[in-house]
Amino acid sequence: MSTPVQASNQPATMIAEIEAPPLSLGDLTWRRFKRHKMAIAGLVVLILLVIYSFGGAFFVTEKYANFTNTKERLQPPSAAHPFGTDTIGRDLLARTIYGGQISIIIGITAAFVEVMVGILIGALAGYFGGKVDAILMRFTEAMLNLPQLLLLIVMAKFFSSDIKNIDIFGREFSGSVVVIIFIIGLTSWPYLARIVRAEFLSIKEREFILAARATGTPTWEIIFKHILPNSIAPIVVSATLGVAGAISLEAYVSFLGLGVRAPTATWGNMLENAYRYIESAYWMWLFPGLFIVLIVLSINFLGDGLRDALDPRSRTV
Amino acid sequence: MKTDHKFLEVKNLKTQFNTPEGTVYAVNGVTFNLSEGETLAVVGESGCGKSVTMMSIMRLIQIPPGKIVGGEVIYRDNDLLQLSEEAMEQIRGREIAMIFQDPMTSLNPVLTVGRQLTETLRTHTPMTPEQCRERAQNLLELVGIPDAKKRLDNYPHQFSGGMRQRVMIAMSLACTPSLLIADEPTTALDVTIQAQIIELVKELKKSVGMAMIWITHDLGVVAGLADRVLVMYAGYVVEEALVDELYENTLHPYTLALLQALPRADRRRDQSLKSIKGSPPNLLVEPRGCPFAPRCEFVQEKCITENPALLDIETNHKVACWVDVKTGALR
Amino acid sequence: MTEPLVRVENLTKHFPIRKGMLIERVVGAVQAVDNISFTINRGETLGMVGESGCGKTTAGRTLLGLYPATSGKTIIDGHSVYEARGSELMKVRRKAQMIFQDPYASLNPRWTVNSIVSEPLRVHNLINTRKERDERVKELLELVGLNARHINRFPHEFSGGQRQRIGIARALASEPLFVVCDEPISALDVSIQAQVVNLLEKLQDQLGLTYLFVAHDLSMVRHICDRVAVMYLGVMVELAERDELYENPLHPYTKALLSAVPVPDPRKERERKRVILSGDVPSPINPPSGCRFHPRCPVAVERCKAEVPEWREVRPGHHVACHLVEK
Repeated sequence: MSTPVQASNQPATMIAEIEAPPLSLGDLTWRRFKRHKMAIAGLVVLILLVIYSFGGAFFVTEKYANFTNTKERLQPPSAAHPFGTDTIGRDLLARTIYGGQISIIIGITAAFVEVMVGILIGALAGYFGGKVDAILMRFTEAMLNLPQLLLLIVMAKFFSSDIKNIDIFGREFSGSVVVIIFIIGLTSWPYLARIVRAEFLSIKEREFILAARATGTPTWEIIFKHILPNSIAPIVVSATLGVAGAISLEAYVSFLGLGVRAPTATWGNMLENAYRYIESAYWMWLFPGLFIVLIVLSINFLGDGLRDALDPRSRTV
Repeated sequence: MKTDHKFLEVKNLKTQFNTPEGTVYAVNGVTFNLSEGETLAVVGESGCGKSVTMMSIMRLIQIPPGKIVGGEVIYRDNDLLQLSEEAMEQIRGREIAMIFQDPMTSLNPVLTVGRQLTETLRTHTPMTPEQCRERAQNLLELVGIPDAKKRLDNYPHQFSGGMRQRVMIAMSLACTPSLLIADEPTTALDVTIQAQIIELVKELKKSVGMAMIWITHDLGVVAGLADRVLVMYAGYVVEEALVDELYENTLHPYTLALLQALPRADRRRDQSLKSIKGSPPNLLVEPRGCPFAPRCEFVQEKCITENPALLDIETNHKVACWVDVKTGALR
Repeated sequence: MTEPLVRVENLTKHFPIRKGMLIERVVGAVQAVDNISFTINRGETLGMVGESGCGKTTAGRTLLGLYPATSGKTIIDGHSVYEARGSELMKVRRKAQMIFQDPYASLNPRWTVNSIVSEPLRVHNLINTRKERDERVKELLELVGLNARHINRFPHEFSGGQRQRIGIARALASEPLFVVCDEPISALDVSIQAQVVNLLEKLQDQLGLTYLFVAHDLSMVRHICDRVAVMYLGVMVELAERDELYENPLHPYTKALLSAVPVPDPRKERERKRVILSGDVPSPINPPSGCRFHPRCPVAVERCKAEVPEWREVRPGHHVACHLVEK
């Protein structure tokens, strides 16, 4: 609340100018976000899922997740194996923990790739216009017209042979994780590129950009320091929803057997393993499926809330 | 023009808005009268409450977040604030018409101008469609739109800003209202177009004989158009006078300061503009004393603690102020 | 006679109108500014007035090279604006600055006041340490009447008048010689307009600035300017010393314009004879032939339709473009 005007006892004294309420843009955004019950719920569930996947590693080792014991294959949920076991006796609870880590990492890094490419292309097209815009947009539209899933499948098949395991932080991953991240990122950027381009087209006409040009500010500074920070809102929303999208896509592709390979687990390829046991061993698909649904839904709700909270047109607090 | 001031009586009108930041005290006890055929100008800067006052009279305030919390608006012996919405709809457009600053948003962009005019006529009068169309054409001619018959079939975007405002005036006159409320109708127009519109309005007033309330911040326009003037600040009326009186015998420090801050196109420059120190008032707080006290050059102790009422100081000249600006001392 | 600080020669700016999807054709042009010439002397304030579509804002921006000129020359302090490149262009940007009309749109909403005002200092490498830059920003804020404590606030925390002051501080940061003021007070309340205008005058005296004051408020222009130029539909129709223009206008448009300005004096308003123009301002895409004002001119003759009037100095310091004005 702003302070009311204090009239001085001296008639001739200058009274301090009233200033606008000291709510920063961040405060305003947070206030609007708080009103979205579902978004808060989404955020909470997301945090819980992340804690589950990454915190769970403190309780269950990866070795255990990969520990095969054919004597205990296809066991339904029990005290020893709360989520049951799979076809080669591995504990599914542990696999969902580690699988979750990979799914989430894929989601985040694929979204990151998507955002980087999308911003670059969208910014250049939107700012320079003319031929640059025409070429970049035709390319973007071409990408948009290719069905992403098909593209994913084709690229996955193309890279399917010869995938080695890689070593990061002392853990071994199938190289297919990296391949999938790039494939998803490099096929998802067109949506964001169009949004960024639209933002740039409109923001570059605003007067403070003209003012920056009048100051003599170099072009790249105008693009990255002036325009980009003002178009953060749709980028953040798109990036958030992009994580959910990437996780879903990974699940699709892995389910088709073309995604992440053994021994690395993801929620998606756990579904693939459950394919033949849909009725007989429901626990094999129920739990990873549930996790996928939960994380995608919670991210979507979060994204909705962010979208409304960050909307500059929303004048209400 | 009858000067019994009984045509429209506004008594102690109070309007507030509920916002997340608190209550906005937009109109704080506005009282004034209007005679038939009279032109009243309401002057003030942005946020002074002039538009909200008129919207309250027309019952066009969004409720919520707005709320008319008190007062009476007696129009021809009826309190408009007590009427049902249906009864108000009979009055709006037919007896009291209102035009706004931006004609582009007041006109429906997907309907032709002729259609919008005839619609008004169909709603409020028993004329046949052919009669309505003829009247619509007459109205366009009346407001000086060339080629009126053809223009009936044009859309709003095919008119220039000045022409659109003329169309708005035509629409407002369609049912020959007794009162026209104009909210900054020429503020967004070029000065030569503004001159055209003001000439038009003056002529129409003479022929139609309607009363007019003209809201503006431009003291030049007021001088050329008004019979009487109301000066508003922070939701209060601070001065009310006949137009010559207001300019030649200004009694309120705010009005005085406004006049002294104005540059003149008709005189050689003689000194710096006198600016009013400080900034516009914060409407979230109900002022304890006079709302203008923080910025007033004549301010006294009393001004800070007591809010002066609007009183008759001289004939036909009301002021809400404790101080005599001619001497600088309390009255 | 000292060389004027700003010299504009035959400046023209047309905006091409393109149509077509795959292959764009140019089908016409918005003739926003057409062949204007004038000079501005050091320390002077030249006013540029006119109504919508007259091209005054476009002229101001093209003059600084913010829009590329279609043809013509602008020389600012010896530099040719349209031919300058690289470091010379940067010199022009340092010496010639601009203040904008909309206090809400001319400041980056995501930047602090500090970033906004110090941008010229960084871009031109005028002050290289952070600490010294902050000091200078504080000095500039005080200079324009703002509280230096607010240096890290954001634009939305200020009122319109204060934001305009921030814009002024930014324009002054590079210590310019020449400032184009593009309708700097139109968006402000009357009582704040006087504050800002007084500030601009004080700064001009203190810092020896030269102004081009683009505005539509003829009363304010009379108050602050030394000489005034009148624009109509992209063409300059009259230019004279301030009191000369207001007291002895020669061009019919200037006369109509001045008579349309409302004067805050009821007796004068009642007694005045007004020249009321008919019709609207035509489109700058298809301006009328000959003298662009002829369709609305109360005293136009045949010649006005056929021939473009010459820009002539008919009295010392008083230029007009009209066939009917004798030398």
